[in-house]
Amino acid sequence: MSVQTWTYLLVGITFALYIGIAIWSRAGSTKEFYVAGGGVSPLANGMATAADWMSAASFISMAGIIAFAGYDGSVYLMGWTGGYVLLALLLAPYLRKFGKFTVPDFIGERYYSNTARMVAVFCALIVSFTYVAGQMRGVGVVFSRFLQVEIDTGVIIGMVIVLFYAVLGGMKGITYTQVAQYCVLIFAFMVPAIYISFQMTGNPVPQLGMGTTFNDGSGTFLLDRLNGLSTELGFAEYTDGSKSMIDVFAITLALMVGTAGLPHVIVRFFTVKRVKDARKSAGLALLLIAILYTTAPAISVFSKINLINTVSKQPYIDMPVWFKNWEETGLLSFEDKNRDGLIQYLADPNQNELTVDNDIMVLANPEIANLPAWVIALVAAGGLAAALSTAAGLLLVISSSVSHDLIKKIFLPNISEKGELWSARAAATVAVVVAGYFGIHPPGFVAAVVALAFGLAAASFFPAIVLGIFYKKMNKEGAIGGMIVGISLMLFYMAKFKLGWLGEIPDKSEWWFGISPEGFGTVAMIVNFIVAIAINKFTPEPPLEVQEIVEHIRIPSGAGDAIEH
Amino acid sequence: MEDKQKKATAYWKENVRYLFILLFIWFLVSFGAGILFKDFLNTFKLGGFKLGFWFAQQGSIYVFVVLIFVYVYLMNKLDKKYGYNE
Repeated sequence: MSVQTWTYLLVGITFALYIGIAIWSRAGSTKEFYVAGGGVSPLANGMATAADWMSAASFISMAGIIAFAGYDGSVYLMGWTGGYVLLALLLAPYLRKFGKFTVPDFIGERYYSNTARMVAVFCALIVSFTYVAGQMRGVGVVFSRFLQVEIDTGVIIGMVIVLFYAVLGGMKGITYTQVAQYCVLIFAFMVPAIYISFQMTGNPVPQLGMGTTFNDGSGTFLLDRLNGLSTELGFAEYTDGSKSMIDVFAITLALMVGTAGLPHVIVRFFTVKRVKDARKSAGLALLLIAILYTTAPAISVFSKINLINTVSKQPYIDMPVWFKNWEETGLLSFEDKNRDGLIQYLADPNQNELTVDNDIMVLANPEIANLPAWVIALVAAGGLAAALSTAAGLLLVISSSVSHDLIKKIFLPNISEKGELWSARAAATVAVVVAGYFGIHPPGFVAAVVALAFGLAAASFFPAIVLGIFYKKMNKEGAIGGMIVGISLMLFYMAKFKLGWLGEIPDKSEWWFGISPEGFGTVAMIVNFIVAIAINKFTPEPPLEVQEIVEHIRIPSGAGDAIEH
Repeated sequence: MEDKQKKATAYWKENVRYLFILLFIWFLVSFGAGILFKDFLNTFKLGGFKLGFWFAQQGSIYVFVVLIFVYVYLMNKLDKKYGYNE
């Protein structure tokens, strides 16, 4: 069977599976819609969290980014996994004990203030919308390459599927489809990696393969060969980066803290039964995520070596079919500057003739390594699973922030259970349409902003939640002040140094403390902490009953259900 | 009431002590071995990996997973000790 037929078959089967699960797990109450009824097992929640977390960026783009950034790519590997340690130790157990439906719900109750709730809703919406637009685009890219439809058509197909199970099933539907999506995406990611690792090194475990020698009898280590090739072509050594140490430090920390502060990840821990389940499922989630995250850098090494060997100084007319296929999507392009018919892949931009999009490294990897057609099709199904599962999780955060925190808690406190459920569904529908619109008409800044969503989460939520748990006397004035200053500072820095909204984008040398916009979340987070604690010193203590709540959430027993209050 | 409060305070203190130890290790393997001392560690090799590079792209992630499970184990034991398990 051809790649095309296999792709239709595998994508069709997985989509039918997701829809089947959605119909089977419809939400009947707001509790089922927001937190899947609160009785999800730690393993199911771990799998759902992993799928929720690993987006199109993790599945499609990350290995490619690392392949081109070498050591610098470590910021994503450490940043997007290390955050789970913070989440498991500092947030998840206590938020579960608190037992509410959303992150703004926690902020609003802990800081006894609807203003705090509004600020949190605003932050949650900014973070989630920037993130979800990128996912819809990812769906479009996969469709356009593998199913030969327009990117826009792909986005619309993706919208319909997500709409179906997010709107119908709420958190309950999303949880169980995410469990299925985790299985699909991890299988799709591992199969080609194992194949290629075995092909190149004779060791089927990619994590070990990347650290061994070629199996061609040369006895050369892969990483040594890659370092050699990189310097030969004028790039930095693969195992050394070109970013400054302080920037690597700041980006890693911003991504970790941002991960721990992302509302769509935190909310998953409201769905388990007990506090100890929340801890355990954070561990399981990271274990399941680590399988992909330790394999990705191996794929980077394999595919980078394969790419250089295939194209460097080779005649253009001898290029294999995949080269032409990817040229058509515009993700790969060749311009014969010196007209010798050979492909020059070099660090020097004036001589370099090959432009490669990061995403190709995973999507084209099986083709570059000549793997069978069904493996290539599997990667398409996996990429879609990754993008759809994350999009659904984000849409749920958007809809619950609107229906629960804005409508129920602020504007229409007397709304009936049924009315709230319908408003949640309506909000989810609107959110899907908006996300789809951004997927079809991506404003230039979307791609840039997705990476910064972490900085925004780090600068706003993380300090407010951590202080709310670990500092009993933290009051509302401090928390609100910290969140507003933190997110404003981050938005300002983004606008100035990344988006160019405040005049021309200044040169790198003008970065504050030498820290890039991606890493600036670290600075904004520290400022948030300082502002919050300083204001707290000069304003009244929180009421006694709030201090009692804090004592209460520190004790794990008697968590009960995530209840309406 | 007094006893209950004391118990809760003692439990919280032990919990926070665990957090400090575990987060210290968390910092050491990622920001320490993977970033700050990377160049020094890169003078050693682990198979085909330079050691600092290995910590940044592999080792730190393995340690993170282990840390959470150690935390789960310690906290379950602590919950039992104070009678907060359920």
